[in-house]
Amino acid sequence: MTDHLPILLLLSPLFGALVCVLFGKGNSKNAWIVSMISLGISSILSVFLLLKVLSIKAGDIRYRMGGWDPSSGYEVGIELRIDILAALIVLAVTLVGFINTIYSKTRVPAEVGEKGPFFYALIQLLIVGLCGIIMTNDAFNLYVLIEITSLTSYALIAMGNRRAALSSFNYVIMGTIGASFYLLGVGYLYIKTGTLNIDDIHTYLENENLWTSQSIIVAFILIMLGVWTKMALFPLHGWLPNAYSYAPSMTGTFMAPLMTKVMVYVMIRVMLWLFGADFVYSEDSVWSELIVWMSVVAIVAGSFLALARNDIKKMLTYLIIAEVGYMVGGAWLNSLTGQAGAFYHILSDAAMTFCLFIAASIVIIRTGESRLNAFDGLFRKMPLTMIGFTIGGLSMIGLPPTCGFFSKWYLISGGIESGHWEFVVALLFSSLINAVIFFKIFERAYFGKIKGIKEEVSVADIDMIPAEGIKSVPASMLIPLFISALSVLILGIMNKNLFSWISNALKMING
Amino acid sequence: MADLESSLIPFFAWLVSLVAVPAIILLGRKPDAREGVTFFAAIVKFSLVLLMLPLIREGKILYFSFGEIIEGIPIEFRVDGLGILFAIVASSLWILTSLYALGYMRSLKEHDQTRFFACFALSLSATIGVAFAGNLLTLYIFYEILSLSTYPLVTHHGDKEARSGGRTYLSHLLGTSVAFVLPAMIYCYWKKGGDINFTDGSLLTTNIDSGAGLILLLAFTFGFAKNGLMPFHSWLPNAMVAPTPVSALLHAVAVVKVGVFCVIRVFTGVFGIDLLRDLNVAVVVSWIAAFTVITSSLIALTQDNLKRRLAFSTIGQLSYIILGVSLLTSLGVTGSILHVAMHAFGKITLFFCAGAIYVTMHKKYVSELVGIGRKMPITMTAFAIGSLSVIGLPFTGGLVSKWYLVMGTVDLGADGTVDSGKIALLVIFLVSSILNACYFLPIVYRAFFCRPEESLYEGGRQEAPLACLIPLCITALLSVISFFNPSLFIELAGLIIK
Repeated sequence: MTDHLPILLLLSPLFGALVCVLFGKGNSKNAWIVSMISLGISSILSVFLLLKVLSIKAGDIRYRMGGWDPSSGYEVGIELRIDILAALIVLAVTLVGFINTIYSKTRVPAEVGEKGPFFYALIQLLIVGLCGIIMTNDAFNLYVLIEITSLTSYALIAMGNRRAALSSFNYVIMGTIGASFYLLGVGYLYIKTGTLNIDDIHTYLENENLWTSQSIIVAFILIMLGVWTKMALFPLHGWLPNAYSYAPSMTGTFMAPLMTKVMVYVMIRVMLWLFGADFVYSEDSVWSELIVWMSVVAIVAGSFLALARNDIKKMLTYLIIAEVGYMVGGAWLNSLTGQAGAFYHILSDAAMTFCLFIAASIVIIRTGESRLNAFDGLFRKMPLTMIGFTIGGLSMIGLPPTCGFFSKWYLISGGIESGHWEFVVALLFSSLINAVIFFKIFERAYFGKIKGIKEEVSVADIDMIPAEGIKSVPASMLIPLFISALSVLILGIMNKNLFSWISNALKMING
Repeated sequence: MADLESSLIPFFAWLVSLVAVPAIILLGRKPDAREGVTFFAAIVKFSLVLLMLPLIREGKILYFSFGEIIEGIPIEFRVDGLGILFAIVASSLWILTSLYALGYMRSLKEHDQTRFFACFALSLSATIGVAFAGNLLTLYIFYEILSLSTYPLVTHHGDKEARSGGRTYLSHLLGTSVAFVLPAMIYCYWKKGGDINFTDGSLLTTNIDSGAGLILLLAFTFGFAKNGLMPFHSWLPNAMVAPTPVSALLHAVAVVKVGVFCVIRVFTGVFGIDLLRDLNVAVVVSWIAAFTVITSSLIALTQDNLKRRLAFSTIGQLSYIILGVSLLTSLGVTGSILHVAMHAFGKITLFFCAGAIYVTMHKKYVSELVGIGRKMPITMTAFAIGSLSVIGLPFTGGLVSKWYLVMGTVDLGADGTVDSGKIALLVIFLVSSILNACYFLPIVYRAFFCRPEESLYEGGRQEAPLACLIPLCITALLSVISFFNPSLFIELAGLIIK
C-alpha cells in the first residue's frame, strides 16, 4: 500500500474532479464535499509520503508508472521520484489546496454561481498537475503536466469578473510561449541523448561529456526561458498581475502562493538534476553572474512596482514578482546556503502569500473596495482579519520570528558566502520597500476613519463581487486565514529542522 | 572566564511583564485592577532582577536558553554585569513611571489607557530581553519587538502630528536595523562559522582587516539607531509627540539606552576591546559621536518646546556614551556604562518635571516657564537637580560618570590605545558641558529668580498630583544618592572590563 503512495496521492483529486463534473449537477455544495474529501485524502497521503521519505536516510522514492522500467532500454516508462524536497512541496500544494477549499465554501456560490462544480473539478485537476510536476522524473511528462496546470488555470482565471477574460487570454499567450520554449529545449535534449528520463539524460550528458555541445547549451537556455516565463521572472512577468487579481478570489488565493513557486522548483530541478551543478555554475560561463544580476533587477523592479500600486491585489502580485527574484537569485548564487535558502523561501513564501491573499480577499469582499483605502480603520472593525494580515505583512518585511525573516537570513548568508553583495543589497532594499508598503497599510488600518459602505461600485472596483459590508467574517474564511498565519510562524520556528533537511538533500545532488 | 550557571530567573524576569499584557487587556474595564497588574508586574520584575544581583556580583553569568533556532544560534539569555545594570535601571524606573503614568494619564483623562499600559508592559519585556540577550540574534529580535511595541505609544494621540512622528520613528528604527544590523549580523555569523554569543570576548577572529572591520563597526553603530547618533537621530525629537510617561521611561531610559547598550555590546562582546585596538577604527565612531555631542547641544539651545529640548539633550548625552566606549580605554568604557545609569536618573527626572508642568499648568514651552518656581517649587527643585546631573555638576551622579569619561579620554595614548586627538576630545567635553549648562540653567534660573512683574504665574503653590510628584522626587533623590554611592554601578561595570 505505502509503495503506491505517490500515485494514490495523484489519483484522489483526479477522481474527485471527475466526480464533481459527473455528479455535481450544478450543486456547489456536493462538489465542495467531494473536493474536501479528495484533497483531504491527498493531504494525509502527502504527510505519509513525507514521513516515509524522512525515514529512508539519504535517498529517494522511485515509483514506476504501470511498472515500466524506464532504464530497460525502452524509454517509454514514466517514473515518479520523490525526495525530501519534492515531498515538502507536495505537502505544501495539497495542504494549500485543502485549506483553500475550506475558504471557497461560501465564495464559490457567491462568485461563480452555477459553475461551482466546474470550479472544483478544475482546481483539483490543477492540484494533480502541480503534484505531478513536482514528482515526475520525466522531462516530457513534465511538459504535459505543465500544460495541464496551464489549461486549468486559464479556465479558472477566466471565471472571474469581466476583466478576467482578457487577462486570462494574455496568460494563454505568454504561457503557451513559455511552454513551447520548454518543449523545444526538451526536444534538443531528446535528439542528443535519446532519453527523456531526467536522471538518464544527466548520466548520458556526463558520460559523453556533451557539456560544450551547442545544442545542449541552446536546450538549457530554451528550458530556462520557458520556466522563467511560467514563473513570471521580471521582465517576463507581464501576464501575472492582472491574471491573479481579476481571477475569482478563491482562484487567486490558490494560484498566487503556488504556481510561481512550483515553477521555481522546476527550475532548481532542471539546474541541479538535469544539467548538474558543474555545468550550471561552471566557471567558464557567465550565467551565474548574469542571472543573479537579473534577479537583482527583478527584486528591485518588483518592489518598486508594488510600491506604486494602489490596488491591494495588484500590489501583492508585484510583491510575488519580487519574491520570484529572491528565489531565482538564491538558486543561482552557487552556494549551498543560497540554494537551500531559495528552497526554504519556496515554502515560506507560499505560506505568507497564502495568508496575505486570503486576508486581502476578505477585506476586499467585505468593504467592496479594492484599493488601499479599504483598510481604513479596519483594526477596530475586523481585528481578527487584520491580525492575520499583519502576520503575513511582517513576514514579507522579514521580521522575526516569522518565516520571512529566516528565509532572508539564509538568502543573505548565501549572498555573503558567494560574494554576491548586489544580491544582499537588493534583498535588504526590498525589505525596506516592503516595510514602507505594509506600514502604510497598518497605519491606515490603525488610525484611518471607517467609511460608510459604498452603495455604488465604480469601474475600478471589482464589479462581480458586491460589497458585503463589514460584518463578522464567516468561519470558513477565518479558519484558513488563521491556519496560514499560524503556518507562517510555525515555518519560522521550525526553520532549523527544515533547513537541515533541505540542505542535506541538496548536498547529495551537489556532490 | 566567568562561570556559567543555568537559571530560570532571567526567564521569569522577562516573562512577568509579558504575561501582564493579556491581564491588562482583560482588565481594561476596571482601571484600578488594571494598574494593579502593572504595579504587581513591575515590583515582581524588579525583585527578580535584584535576586540575580548577588549571583552576578560573585562573577557568575546566568543563562537560560529557549533552544536553537538557527543552526548554532540559540535564543538565549545571558545575564552579566552590564545586562543586570541595565535591567536594574529599567525595571526600577518602570515602577516609578507606572505610578507617574497613572497620575498623568488620569489627570489628563487620556483615551485608550488600556492599550497604553499594555504596550508599556510589552516594551518593558522587550527591553529586558535586550538587556539579557546572550547573542546577536536574540538581541536583534528583542530590539525589533521594542521598536514595534513602542509605536502605538508614540502615536498615542492618533492625530496628524502623532502619525507623522510615528512614521519617522518606525522608518528610522526599522529601516536602519534591517538595512545595517541584519547583514552585519549575518556577516559575523558567516565569518565565525557558527554561534554568535557575546561572552566569548571577541566574536570575530583577528582575520578581519581594518576596512571590513570599519564597515562592520559602522553598520552596527548606525544600525542600532535607537542610540540617536547623527544623522539617524531625528526619530527622537519627533517621538516627543508621545505622552510624557512614554518620553520619560522609553525615550530617556529604555529605548534610547537599548540603542547605546547594543553599541556597548558590539564593542565589548562582538569585536572585543583588544581587537578594536588592533584594528584602530573606533576613532571614526569617536568623531561621529563627538560631532553629535556638539551639534545636538547647539540645536537644543534653539528649542523652545521643553520636551524637544530634552530630546536633543538626550541625543548629546547618548553620544557621550558612544564616545566613551569608542575611546577603548578601560576608564572610558566604565564611564560609558556608568553614564547609562546616571543619565537615566537625571533625564527621567527632567521628563517627569516637564510632564508635571504640563499636567498642572498645561505649559510645554520654555518661554512660558518664567516664574514657575514659586508656583511649583518641588517640581522645579527636582528639575534643578536633574539639570545638574545631566550637566555633570556636584552633587549628582552625572559628575561621577563624566569624571570617568574625561579620565578615559586623558588615558588615551596610555594603556595600549592610540592618542588620536586627545586634546580636541577634552575640549569637546568641556564645550559640551558648557552648552549643557547653557540650555538648562537659564530655565531653572528664570523659574525661581525673576522680578514679580516678569513672572507669568500668580497665586499660591499648585503642585502636580501626588502620583506625579512622588516619582519625580524619588528619581531626583536617586540622582543625588548615585553621586555619594556609585560603588554598585562601578562594580558591575568592572565585571565587563576584566
